[in-house]
Amino acid sequence: MDSPTGARPIIALRGVSKTYWRDTIEVPVLAQLDLDVADGEFLALMGPSGSGKSTILNLVSGIDSPTAGRVVVAGVDLGSLDQAALAAFRARHVGFIFQSYNLIPVLTAFQNVELPLLLTGLDRRQRKQHVLDVLGIVGLHGRSEHYPRQLSGGQEQRVAIARAIVSDPSLLVADEPTGDLDAASATEILDLLGRLNREFGKTVVMVTHDPRAAERAHRVLHLDKGVLVESVRRDRP
Amino acid sequence: MRLPIQYNLRNLVVRRTMTLMTAGGIALVVAVLVLTLALAHGFSATLVATGRADNAIVLRSGSDSEMMSGLTREAARVIAADPAVARGADGEPLALSEMVVLVNLVRRGNPTASSNVSVRGVDSRVLELRPDIALREGRLFRSGMDEVVVGRNLGRRFEGCALGEKLRMGGRDWTVVGTFDAGGSGFDSEIWGDAEAFLPAFDRSVWSSLTLRLKDPGALPALQARLEADPRLHATARIEQEYYRAQSRQLAAVIRALGLFLVVVMAAGAIFGALNTMYAAVGSRSREIATLLALGFPPRAILASFMVESVLLCLVGGVLGCLLALPVHGMSTGTTNWASFSEVAFEFRLTPGILATGLLASVFLGLVGGWFPARAAARRPVSEALRAG
Repeated sequence: MDSPTGARPIIALRGVSKTYWRDTIEVPVLAQLDLDVADGEFLALMGPSGSGKSTILNLVSGIDSPTAGRVVVAGVDLGSLDQAALAAFRARHVGFIFQSYNLIPVLTAFQNVELPLLLTGLDRRQRKQHVLDVLGIVGLHGRSEHYPRQLSGGQEQRVAIARAIVSDPSLLVADEPTGDLDAASATEILDLLGRLNREFGKTVVMVTHDPRAAERAHRVLHLDKGVLVESVRRDRP
Repeated sequence: MRLPIQYNLRNLVVRRTMTLMTAGGIALVVAVLVLTLALAHGFSATLVATGRADNAIVLRSGSDSEMMSGLTREAARVIAADPAVARGADGEPLALSEMVVLVNLVRRGNPTASSNVSVRGVDSRVLELRPDIALREGRLFRSGMDEVVVGRNLGRRFEGCALGEKLRMGGRDWTVVGTFDAGGSGFDSEIWGDAEAFLPAFDRSVWSSLTLRLKDPGALPALQARLEADPRLHATARIEQEYYRAQSRQLAAVIRALGLFLVVVMAAGAIFGALNTMYAAVGSRSREIATLLALGFPPRAILASFMVESVLLCLVGGVLGCLLALPVHGMSTGTTNWASFSEVAFEFRLTPGILATGLLASVFLGLVGGWFPARAAARRPVSEALRAG
C-alpha cells in the first residue's frame, strides 16, 4: 500500500508476516503486508484488538522483528541490525508515545525527558537547554521538577511527548496516546501531535481505537486479522 | 550511556522497607565478618607485639615452646657468655634466665570457672631486657621474697590478682605488690616473680628459656651455629618476636577459619535475600525496563544499572555492618593459646583494612546477588515486557 503523497517513504514494509507462538499454538498476526509511509505523514492504524496494529508499530520502531519480509525505516533495513544497532537506531530515529505514558516514576519530568539525550554526545548544559526547549513546546516549562505522580494524566502524556521529541527523531510512534485520558486532555494531546507533524515535520504513526483521534490523521488504515482491509485518505488539515 | 545514579538511589528509597530488610541481612554478615577478623587480628597482634626484634630466646633443641623446654644453669651461663650477647652498663651480659609454669586460677566473680595462667620467674634485669614494659602500680617484687607482679589484664579477670591480694601457688601465698603494662602484648596476661624463689616453690631445677639482648639481630645465625656446634648445650635460638608470632598462628588460623565458615553460611542466606529483592525490583519495574530499552538504552546499560543498584543496596548493608561492629573495638576478651595452654587476654582490633574488607565483601554480595536479576532484566524482549507491563 503506497504512501498517498508520493513523497519519499520513511517506512517501507514488504511482504511482512508476523507469527507468535503461544505454547505450541501458532498465532498469525500479520500476513504478507506491504505498506509505505511518507516522510511527514500522519498515519492512524485502527482495527479490533489482535488485528496487528501494535505489531506494526513494534516492527517499524525496531522493538520486534518480522517472521518474514523486510522492514525499512529511514533507509535502514532493520533486519540487518543486531540488538545493539537496533537500540542505536531507536535512539536516533524513533520517539515513543505510550498509552500509559511509561514515565519513570522516580525521576522528575526534567530527568524523564533528559533520558534519550543521555544516549547522545551532548554535554550537561546542552542537554538542559534541549529539555527546557521541549518542555516549553509541550507547555510544561514550570513543571520540570515535578515527579509523574504530581502531574495529571494529560500532563504526564505531554512529558512523554517531550521525551519522544527531545532527541529530534524523524518518526513518532504512538500507541493509543489518548486511551487513558479524558476528552479535554485527549484533545490537547491530539492538537500537540498535529502540531508536531505540521510545524516540526515529524512522521507520526498512531494506533487508536478512537475515531476522533483518527480524524487528525492524513490517512487511516483499518486492519482485521493481520490484513489491511481499508485505507481512508484525508486532506491535510 | 549510563542511566543516572538517581534512578537507582531513588528506587532504593522508594522501596525503603525492602531495602532496609535486605541491607539488614547484609549488615549482619558484614558485622560477623568484621568481628571475626578483628578477633583474629587482635589475638595475632597481641602475640606479635610480644617480645622484641633485638632479643633472642633460647630453648632446648626440639622444643616449640617454653613449656616443653629446659636449660641447665650451666648451659645458660655458657650461652649468656656468647660474643653475640650485648652487655649492660655493669659489664654483665644482658641475659635473663626464665622459668615458666602454668597455674590454674579461679575467674573473678565466677568461682566455678578457672583457666591456666602463665607464671614467669625472672630476675631484676627483666625491665632492662624488656624496656617496653613499665610498672603501672606498686613496685617490682623483691628478690627472695614471696612477692609477684601481674600483668594489667589479670587483676580484673582472676581472683587474687589485684594489687595487695594474695595468690596461692606452689603451696605458698604470694602477695601481689605491683601491676605492669606490657603495651597490650601477651606479657600482660602473665604473673612475674623472682625466678630463684619460684624454682623450689614449683619443684623445678632447670630454666625454661634464656632471653638474650643481641648486639645485632643479624648475629643470630652465628649464635645458632655456635649453639649447634657445642654438644653440651642442646639449645636453639630464635628472635623473640618471631617466637611469639609463631605461637599465634595456629589459633589465629582456627579463629579465622571458624569465623569465615560462619560468614559463608550467613552470606549464602544474604545473597538469597539480595537476589529476592533484586528479582522483585526487576519484576515490579518490567515496564520501566522495557521503556528504557525502547528509548534506545542498550541491554548492557540496563544490566549495569541494576548491578549498580544491587551493589548500592549491599553497600548500605556493608556500612551498617561496620557501624554495628565498631563499638567492640578495644573491647577485651581472652582465650587459651593452644601453643602455651595458657590464657591470653587480647582486644578486638578493628583496622581500616578490616573495615575495607567488610565493605568489599558487601560489594561482592551485591555483585553476586544482582547478577542474575540484572541479566534477566537486560535480556527481556522489549515488546513482550511492554505488553506485560
